[in-house]
Amino acid sequence: MKKEENSKGNRYGMVIDLDKCTGCGLCTVACASENNISVLYDESDKTRNIAWLQIYTITNGKDFPDTEVVYIPRPCMQCDNPPCVSVCPPTATRKDPNTGIISQIYSRCVGCRYCMAACPYHARSFNWFDPSFPEGMDRYLSPEVSPRMRGVVEKCTFCHHRLMRARSKAYAEGRRELKEDEYIPACAEACPTQAISFGDLNNPEHQVSQLIKSPHAFRLLERLGTEPKVYYLSAKNWVRRMADNYLAGELS
Amino acid sequence: MDLALIPNGVQRCSLKRFVPWMVLWIALISWGLVSAFLCFFKGLNQTNMNHYFAFGLWIVFDLSIIALGAGAFFTGFLTHIIGEVFIYPFRDNLKAVVNAAVVIGFICYSSAIAMLGVDVGQPLRAWFIFWHANVHSMLTEVSFCITAYLGVLTIEYLPLVFSNRKLREIPEIDIFGNNLHHIIALFAAVGTFLSFFHQGSLGGMFGVLFGRPFAFREGFLIWPWTFFLFIHSSIAAGPSFTLLCVWIAQKVTGKELITRDVFNLLAKISGWLLATYIVLKIVDTIAWAYGVVPRAGMSFMDFYQGSYGIWLIIAEIGIFGIIPAIILITPKFRERNDLLIIGALMNVIGIVLDRFVFSIQTLSIPVMPFDKFMSYFPSWQEWGIAIGAIGYGILLFSLSYRYLPLFPQEAEMNPVQVLGRAVTDSGVIKRS
Repeated sequence: MKKEENSKGNRYGMVIDLDKCTGCGLCTVACASENNISVLYDESDKTRNIAWLQIYTITNGKDFPDTEVVYIPRPCMQCDNPPCVSVCPPTATRKDPNTGIISQIYSRCVGCRYCMAACPYHARSFNWFDPSFPEGMDRYLSPEVSPRMRGVVEKCTFCHHRLMRARSKAYAEGRRELKEDEYIPACAEACPTQAISFGDLNNPEHQVSQLIKSPHAFRLLERLGTEPKVYYLSAKNWVRRMADNYLAGELS
Repeated sequence: MDLALIPNGVQRCSLKRFVPWMVLWIALISWGLVSAFLCFFKGLNQTNMNHYFAFGLWIVFDLSIIALGAGAFFTGFLTHIIGEVFIYPFRDNLKAVVNAAVVIGFICYSSAIAMLGVDVGQPLRAWFIFWHANVHSMLTEVSFCITAYLGVLTIEYLPLVFSNRKLREIPEIDIFGNNLHHIIALFAAVGTFLSFFHQGSLGGMFGVLFGRPFAFREGFLIWPWTFFLFIHSSIAAGPSFTLLCVWIAQKVTGKELITRDVFNLLAKISGWLLATYIVLKIVDTIAWAYGVVPRAGMSFMDFYQGSYGIWLIIAEIGIFGIIPAIILITPKFRERNDLLIIGALMNVIGIVLDRFVFSIQTLSIPVMPFDKFMSYFPSWQEWGIAIGAIGYGILLFSLSYRYLPLFPQEAEMNPVQVLGRAVTDSGVIKRS
């Protein structure tokens, strides 16, 4: 498949500092309420619930007092070489060449779930049930995001509606370029420790494009060649090693 | 009661015996229909699939029956293309089984498409695959080819249906059926083209998953090696499945339906294709183990965990691959009835295992190091639809056998005894 390059346009990406993340889960709550994510009758079933942003807990495997626990928030990686896009039969998911964001067209998705099989990050959720919201919660639904029907796949869109809103405002003011803080997803905005940074990876003035140059920066499963635009930071070597698979004796 | 519909020169059981036989399979179909209704009405939460197992029993079943249904296109290819042009014994021998192969192919493909209709979350949107087709997706290629090939199989099945004794009395149908019959080689060629592509793209579906090191394969141009291996394995298993179905039909009816040399020929074709496939499969597995696997930072044994342990690869390649290949390519083994059937059955099981491994084991293996290994067992609704498809297959095959001249050699091999004299297909009474 011809790769859609967006080296000249925007290339939105995220940097999550795992050393700052406390695992409080506020990012997931913000994500769910911002994006009208439906609630299962049994939310404890984590193999079927809808989670655009999921927090994994990892430990260094050592006994007390050397135990260390780190939380890895995992949104959609918005890969530059997405494994999910080329496989979708009805072209219901696409990489925007101007932003690098992977979209999902819910009204076109046939629910074959081939994209879920292709994604090694489990970033995609299928609606096994009809969408439902606890009584009262339906009044807080966002009019900017369409709720998804049963039988379709959904995923994190980097709060794409916020990009549209920011663009509309900028265009109204006669600007073509967005300022760094004009468009940030709900999770980055909600994080109380400011562990999540967001911006244009192609813009050298944006904080994210500087953060990814850190020697502590890494991505999940880099060896597979998916080229995620979500980066992580950690000063802990064992955390960085945990982000990918290594053969015995291989250096990270 | 239905004597007028039964082909000339052959004998069938009474309707009183045939109806209970049908009721059994209709019961299985009903289980499938109830399951399908629940899935349509309540959604795919009726299954045990989840975010990890985006594909389940139905995809394994689909991949398997499409591979086993390859007997239809491959027998048609050997009979009408290779047999007409190059190797005449193929044509003469395989004509005895080509009708049955077409019916089996039609059953396999129609049930696979019906199951896919339940498997997608939004069945009413299935046509979007054709309307908004993503030409880069292997699944798009599969959808186009299996739909078109089901059309071809229907056209190949029609002359057989039209050769029913009662239908032939209608001149228009008789002429139409005859004309179709004359151009069947053309459809065999189209079917061969379509089948090669969709058998391949079913393999390609998994081989292109570069995010899943267990399934990912390098390949030739845009086609991963699984593309070619799936074609090869399907044409190896298809004739064995046809052979098995005919053998079961012989056991159930208590008659010989095709001559022993036709069984031998099917087994020989299947055996040599399986033998060459197994060699290539072993080469592919070694290349994957030393190429894709270490590049992904994983070791061979990382992929064989829990209930999907190393026994799977031993079973698939060793027990159900090498052994049936040896049985089927060795003349003295395949000439023994028991070994012939065991060989064909093991060949079929091996290919089903291969499809299971690619669809279920691929999804069970955690790719992120901090993720966990998962296993899956289908719900009764999933089993219901799969078993309903088997019921549908047996029912349609039984009806085809009863009312259509499925086996051209049957009348000659089983002369109907009327007052000590044999009645041939043309109705002429021979002295016995």
